[in-house]
Amino acid sequence: MQFVFKTSYDADISLFKHGAQAVWYGLLLLLVLSTPLYFVAIDDAYLLGEITGILILAIAGMGLMLLTGHTGLPSLGHATFMALGCYLNINLLSEGVPWIVAFPLSGLMAGVLGTMIALPVLRLHGVYLALATLAMSMLTSDFVVIAEPWTGGIAGAVVPDINIFGMEINRYSTPYKFYYLVLLVTILLVWFYRNLLRSPTGRSFTAIRDSEISARAMGINLMRTKAMSFFLSATAAGLSGALFGHSAGYVTNETFDLVMSITLLLMIVIGGLGFIHGAFFGAVVVGIIPVAIANGRTFLATTFDVNINVPGLESALFAFILICFILFEPMGLYGRWLKIRTYFELFPFYRKDMFKRQKSYLKTDRLQ
Amino acid sequence: MSLLEIENVTLRFGGLVAVDNVSLKVNEGEVFALVGPNGAGKSTIFNLISRFYDPAEGSIRFEGNDLLKSNADQVPSFSIARTFQNIELFEQATVLQNLLVGRHRHRQTGMFSNIIFSPKTYREELCHRAAVEEVIEFLNLQPYRDKMIGGLPYGVRKVVELGRALASEPKLLLLDEPASGLSVEETQDMAFWIEDIQTQMGISILMVEHDMGLVSAVSGRVMALSDGKELATGTPAEVQSHPAVIEAYLGTGDISKTGTSRA
Ligand SMILES: Nc1ncnc2c1ncn2[C@@H]1O[C@H](COP(=O)(O)OP(=O)(O)OP(=O)(O)O)[C@@H](O)[C@H]1O
Ligand SMILES: [Mg+2]
Repeated sequence: MQFVFKTSYDADISLFKHGAQAVWYGLLLLLVLSTPLYFVAIDDAYLLGEITGILILAIAGMGLMLLTGHTGLPSLGHATFMALGCYLNINLLSEGVPWIVAFPLSGLMAGVLGTMIALPVLRLHGVYLALATLAMSMLTSDFVVIAEPWTGGIAGAVVPDINIFGMEINRYSTPYKFYYLVLLVTILLVWFYRNLLRSPTGRSFTAIRDSEISARAMGINLMRTKAMSFFLSATAAGLSGALFGHSAGYVTNETFDLVMSITLLLMIVIGGLGFIHGAFFGAVVVGIIPVAIANGRTFLATTFDVNINVPGLESALFAFILICFILFEPMGLYGRWLKIRTYFELFPFYRKDMFKRQKSYLKTDRLQ
Repeated sequence: MSLLEIENVTLRFGGLVAVDNVSLKVNEGEVFALVGPNGAGKSTIFNLISRFYDPAEGSIRFEGNDLLKSNADQVPSFSIARTFQNIELFEQATVLQNLLVGRHRHRQTGMFSNIIFSPKTYREELCHRAAVEEVIEFLNLQPYRDKMIGGLPYGVRKVVELGRALASEPKLLLLDEPASGLSVEETQDMAFWIEDIQTQMGISILMVEHDMGLVSAVSGRVMALSDGKELATGTPAEVQSHPAVIEAYLGTGDISKTGTSRA
């Protein structure tokens, strides 16, 4: 077992709990930095594109995790904020704004607009908030059609290439550069997220999640704090949407649909609500399942000559996996990992109820 | 001068008059106890001070300022802190994090400064940690420092909630049944802490408590309530022997034996 000696408060405040943790994350960083080398070696960047896609999903996942996992506010409308970010980015770029400005700006504007849209419904709780955001998501496609001059409507819009001080980046022609760019954005956002959680703002978010009434009694302004969380969350979703646009190359009114909103929520539940890791674990699962199903199908077809062509198989499998998670692993993949780790750390003292926790997500307000 | 002045406050829930024309003053440095049978309106008075409810009539002042002009989340800035009868801790957070939320009213940095963890945020965190560490020391919470609330025994949670209120460095501490559900030893500890909080930290306390032993041991003045109305105010001995109080407790048993349940 790892003992954490408290020599000063720095140990609590610093990014990593102890040296070993810093080493592990250092190794992880090395791994993700060197991943492209493998694809250069095999001279096939197709899978690298998939990995980049997973990172883009994880960025939106982090946004939603902050809102749902850390502030306790469910949203079934985060694809809407991705759409906002994506179309703002496209329009800014086609106005000639350099990418280095257009990209962060589109995220921030998505954050501001998202918060303005959400303000009227932020008073709602639990399932009502979920329904309100769901309705928003259902309307998104129509709005994209209505806003045709900016979005291209049903015909869709081509996403301009990224140009950073003369360096052209395109998902297909320069997949390695695109990967590193997305990785840089991801790492930056993880760092922001970690900072938030170890500072007063992040604590006020989790306070609201766990008990609105005592958060208020500690001096936390509920509406302002929820709006802050929504702003940050929608900003991350907006940035993800902008990158998603670059990754897809072409977006229509059906790109950021309800299914995407739902997928994002499923993703963070599968990954583990309330942990930054959860956003990544979830994104990996969501990213891998379609690839795995496709591969499984080819495998069956080539080796056993069995052709499975059931429409909707992917969604059904996905839904099945989700139900299993909610039934058997409510803490998500990251929760499972924590349990396994603790089991080995404490062996043979592990108790079965060690991770029992009260259901507190989506709890409605209660007063005495 | 009195710290907290409640004057002729009335609150109705529909037809029920939960608090009926109650007036009370808590003086600086004193421990003032509210007693009374279940449903007397004691917690409701706390919730009025916390601004969770608006009184129908009356005024609530703190150090001369009108509390009724503020929202619930502005009350801590008056240096008022509280605990809850049914423990309202942040379950998915550690003891340390819970106590740090208690520091919220002393917060100096904003969201953007926090996101980049600016040097100012870092210095602020150091200050908060130092303050919280003193509370941990005072309440002997070191063994639980990094434990999740979800896994802690009831008695420890009660102490953590006291600690969270103390971490905000209040002038007035509202304690809603600090000893309910505690063992005899734990109640003893609580009594010592309350005395230290009063005498060493100079914090005034308004407390709701059923355990008359504890009330007599720590409080200077007591107010007995029943059905939202004041029955008597005075020293613990005076109130306990007051005819109206004895009558109110008739049928619920002796005053000193009531309300040991966790409610
Ligand atoms: N939010 C509410 N809505 C309606 N009635 C309420 C509400 N809160 C309290 N009451 C009622 O007001 C009365 C006073 O309740 P309160 O909680 O203040 O009692 P108490 O003196 O704290 O009792 P206990 O010793 O059981 O904690 C009770 O009759 C209670 O049912
Ligand atoms: Mg009560």
